[in-house]
Amino acid sequence: MEEKIEYWKIDESLLSHVTKVARLALSEEEIEKFTKELNEVLESFKKIDEANVDELQPMVHAVEVKNAWREDEEEKFQWEPFANTEHKEERYFKGPRIV
Amino acid sequence: MQNMELASYIEEAINGEVDVESLVERVEREVKEIQEGYECFITLANDIRQQVKNLEKTRKGKLFGVFVSVKDNICTKGLRTTAGSKILENYVPPFDATCVEKVKKEGGIIVGKTAMDEFGFGTFCVNTPFSIPKNPFDKSRSCGGSSGGAGCISRVANFPHVAIAESTGGSISCPACFCGVVGLTPTYGRVSRWGLIDYANSLDKIGCMGSCVKDVALLLEVIAGYDERDSTSLKTPVENYLHALKEVDEDSKIVERMRVGVPKEYFAEGVDEKISSKVWDAIKILESEGIPYEEISLPTTHYALPAYYIIAMAEASTNLAKYCGMRYGLHLRLEGNYDEYFSKVRAQGFGEEAKRRILLGTFARMAGYREAYYLKACKVRRKLVNEFKQAFSKFDALLAPTMPILPPKFEEIEKLTPAQAYAMDILTVAPNLAGVPMVSVPCGLVNGLPVGLHILGDHLQEKKILQLAYFFERVRKEKV
Repeated sequence: MEEKIEYWKIDESLLSHVTKVARLALSEEEIEKFTKELNEVLESFKKIDEANVDELQPMVHAVEVKNAWREDEEEKFQWEPFANTEHKEERYFKGPRIV
Repeated sequence: MQNMELASYIEEAINGEVDVESLVERVEREVKEIQEGYECFITLANDIRQQVKNLEKTRKGKLFGVFVSVKDNICTKGLRTTAGSKILENYVPPFDATCVEKVKKEGGIIVGKTAMDEFGFGTFCVNTPFSIPKNPFDKSRSCGGSSGGAGCISRVANFPHVAIAESTGGSISCPACFCGVVGLTPTYGRVSRWGLIDYANSLDKIGCMGSCVKDVALLLEVIAGYDERDSTSLKTPVENYLHALKEVDEDSKIVERMRVGVPKEYFAEGVDEKISSKVWDAIKILESEGIPYEEISLPTTHYALPAYYIIAMAEASTNLAKYCGMRYGLHLRLEGNYDEYFSKVRAQGFGEEAKRRILLGTFARMAGYREAYYLKACKVRRKLVNEFKQAFSKFDALLAPTMPILPPKFEEIEKLTPAQAYAMDILTVAPNLAGVPMVSVPCGLVNGLPVGLHILGDHLQEKKILQLAYFFERVRKEKV
């Protein structure tokens, strides 16, 4: 039998996994504190289960806009893209090792 | 000069009856004093005199000589823009947001960047390492959030001023209510978001705050409109909002023909009874002026709070991925691999509430949970919009209290858990999720603290709700 997900609860091990997905390095104390707080928040959100909306399509924008096309023309970049970086080499951004 | 409407001041400034340059010294001094007393700003402009000098050459513009404050999540060229976050502590944008560009083009003078919760994450303007503004009615209380600085300066400025603010789930209405000023949140897409440091793309709306309805109408007229750089901005032509208010002066029947609905869910448990009673007084005032009301029900309101937070946090958690410590914002020594570096920058740069929202937002989008959280919330959003649309097929506006509580004391806010703090947004999240325009207008005091009447309208009906707000403001003034 498939294990049933307990949607409105989160434990420390699940939250640790979320921190990895979210790329957010947290201390053990922070994980403990956030687990407690987030469970309280999830408990207060639980009532959304009662909403009878199964037949409806999800809405991602309240004011729906059809495709917004513009001419495919070259535009000159108007400002200095490197103005706020400390990590650059010539005309490139410099980042950490990826692989 | 505080009681002078901007429109009259601008006319005099253009005619030369008021010399804007001679005001600069006073404005600079006042802004400094206000900052010392109330901490409205994160950064003050240091080129006010130069901006005025440049203006004098043209002597024209819809905002000629008006001093404009800008919420700190809206980019201003050459003027530090932090969005209330340590991760952007030293960020100086190389460009102006579209709305700032428009304000400058119409003769507005940027005075500074107003205080806010980090990225807009908060209801009380306390979630920030920078300035925490103090309420003009009682300095031990909050100005509301997240546009708290904008609310505060709109109340205390004794010079010709108007504020550009921004709302995701109530961040204009709440501080307008708590500070006793007028706050207009336009329809989603009415004002270009280009140059806004986003919180949740499908919800963010740039809007206006000021000391009276006419002033916010004037600012909306300047900043509204289609912008090729924001594909969600609307092509519908911008109306002449200020003229629409003059029409009310000429013939109040325009407003008296309106029909208003009062949704009972907005007066339910959790709303301070004294606030409900003050708002009912306002509704009765309008009724006595010939605007009948009908009580209605918007049952999906019950699910608006979780739907809003799930959607807003899901969007925020993806938006904040751009702060990777390479192109702008907080930089650290390039050590470790990409994931390690990225995780470290974010852990050091984001405050507690930002981390909380990233975690919840990421969780809500994760495989296995997405259906129960995010997609369910998006379906609730559709139901909510359908419900509003149905109501607006019958009514020109809906009336409600703006906030369920009076401005709380800072010591009371400290004791709130995150879940309790989120619950304070109960009255503002539904219209924000639906993307409908709303205006909060002062409707009296309870225990010496301001209460707001919230006027909601259908999509793109800013003109109507401004007319009703203006009429109410005028009638109330006559009665007091």
